[in-house]
Amino acid sequence: MEKREFVCIGCPLGCAISVDLDGEQIRAITGNTCPRGADYVTKEIRDPRRIVTSLVRVAQGELPVVSVKTAGDIPKGKIRECIRVLKKIEVQAPVQMGDVVAADICGTGVDVIATRSVEKE
Amino acid sequence: MKKDLVIIGGGPAGLAAGIAAKQAGIDDLLILERDGRLGGILNQCIHNGFGLHTFHEELTGPEYAGRYIEKAKELGIAYRLNTMVIDLGMDADGRTKLVTAMNREEGLFTIEAGAVILAMGCRERSRGALNIPGYRPAGIYSAGTAQCYVNMEGRMPGKEVVILGSGDIGLIMARRMTLEGAKVKLVAELMPYSGGLKRNIVQCLDDFGIPLKLSHTVVDIKGKKRVEAVTVAQVDEHLKPIPGTEEEIVCDTLLLSCGLIPENELSGALGVAMNPVTNGPLVNESLETDHAGVFACGNVLHVHDLVDYVSGEATEAGERAAAFLRGELSQTDKETLVKAGAGVRYTVPSRIAVDRMKATQVVRFRVGNVYRDAAVEVWFGDKRVNSRKKKVLAPGEMEQIILKKADLEAAGDLSEITISINEQA
Ligand SMILES: Cc1cc2nc3c(=O)[nH]c(=O)nc-3n(C[C@H](O)[C@H](O)[C@H](O)COP(=O)(O)OP(=O)(O)OC[C@H]3O[C@@H](n4cnc5c(N)ncnc54)[C@H](O)[C@@H]3O)c2cc1C
Ligand code: SF4
Repeated sequence: MEKREFVCIGCPLGCAISVDLDGEQIRAITGNTCPRGADYVTKEIRDPRRIVTSLVRVAQGELPVVSVKTAGDIPKGKIRECIRVLKKIEVQAPVQMGDVVAADICGTGVDVIATRSVEKE
Repeated sequence: MKKDLVIIGGGPAGLAAGIAAKQAGIDDLLILERDGRLGGILNQCIHNGFGLHTFHEELTGPEYAGRYIEKAKELGIAYRLNTMVIDLGMDADGRTKLVTAMNREEGLFTIEAGAVILAMGCRERSRGALNIPGYRPAGIYSAGTAQCYVNMEGRMPGKEVVILGSGDIGLIMARRMTLEGAKVKLVAELMPYSGGLKRNIVQCLDDFGIPLKLSHTVVDIKGKKRVEAVTVAQVDEHLKPIPGTEEEIVCDTLLLSCGLIPENELSGALGVAMNPVTNGPLVNESLETDHAGVFACGNVLHVHDLVDYVSGEATEAGERAAAFLRGELSQTDKETLVKAGAGVRYTVPSRIAVDRMKATQVVRFRVGNVYRDAAVEVWFGDKRVNSRKKKVLAPGEMEQIILKKADLEAAGDLSEITISINEQA
């Protein structure tokens, strides 16, 4: 039996939640004050996902970089790979907020989009 | 130049105030922004998590600001960029506000304004305010400055990083710099609790295995030209370093994330009465300072952690400024003081004129400590009128209560209202 500890981010209470794990099986969840805490840790164990925000270089822009995000959440385990791919990309100014900078990032089915507009220099 | 309304600062507060004033019928208004773009601090906050309350989606800073910028442009609200307001005064008539600003095209100029909204935001506490001994080598940055380098200019301040202070900017930067390839070795927090949001601790530190040491501080910085290492030590309950707990950590960069202070030089120039706790102006129910027709909102008033509250507060300020300009904000001497009682650090507003009050009034406040299962109490004079149990109260999260006009009217001549925390509840 493995024990994993979480801090629930569902509300400011921030319950410390422990989960007893038997391989993939969740045996017990303790420490949560409400059901949302149980949902949260279950998702954190089964399929933790995050929205990733980063930067992509811009050629001939008023700014040297443009801020970007994944349009939806991607598996937590893919964050670093996603960042590595984004580091290699350079886009041409002008960039519009919402422009797709990288489609289907790391095979997640999620696009990376610009979160600001960058005009031509 | 003459204007009905001048708004100082084009961040989320200034934008929302401008939009609200315009929608309330004030056409002759101008936003002055010293930066080269509108949007304020949000431009460098490229992480997501903004706007959950207002738009029910998680936007990044530039996207959230973008919505307000677009709206302001759509409404044809006038603004000037690269324009720094350097002085604020009152004309001899005691009514006209004199806003002195400068920019490259126009040089120095003064605007005569009927009303002014202060929306200058805040800045970070500097290292000087922190009293760290030792040399001042390169490699020490405030977290916000580092954020600007990385997110606006694409430059990395260093490779091995220690962060002092666990405010949200520090936490966000721990993740940002890790993703950019730096090694964040430690976040040290002087207090026994973090000043940052739970969500940021989990998603910015825990996700990347970055340690957070509470009740720890930096006691020494090594390196002459560039930071080479810092010494971290545990502190006792009086926040004094405990001898023998020192630990040296090799790093080339120290980020300071030690809190924000409202940017109030201009309010000071005008002689606005200030709250020593928030370092922001004292305001009444209309977010008006002790100078009639001068309003304040956003981080210049008190430091907010959620931009949604900034926008809400600023909308109120814009509407109230419009009412003032239309002559609808009656002058009154009959005000009820709103006091911060036990456990409460401050309240905004700090006084309420019942006749100018809307049907309901939001009172925002922060507590001074972490409380569990305590009650937020509202006292009208020495009579407790409300008590609400809270599972947890923390200094890092802004709290609010709502007062009803009907209740205040029913209470008659009320001289003070106190908000306090009852731990025994
Ligand atoms: C690093 C960081 C992370 C944050 N993360 C979150 C988050 O995840 N979610 C969330 O909801 N909120 C977050 N916030 C809070 C939110 O961004 C702020 O509360 C909000 O930006 C405050 O808006 P403001 O308009 O009061 O101030 P600002 O955004 O600071 O704007 C003030 C503006 O006034 C201008 N100005 C100042 N003085 C003058 C002058 N003399 N003349 C002309 N112009 C002047 C400045 O240039 C600036 O543009 C974060 C804040 C920071 C700093
Ligand atoms: S378990 Fe429920 S009460 Fe506890 S932090 Fe999560 S959402 Fe809040």
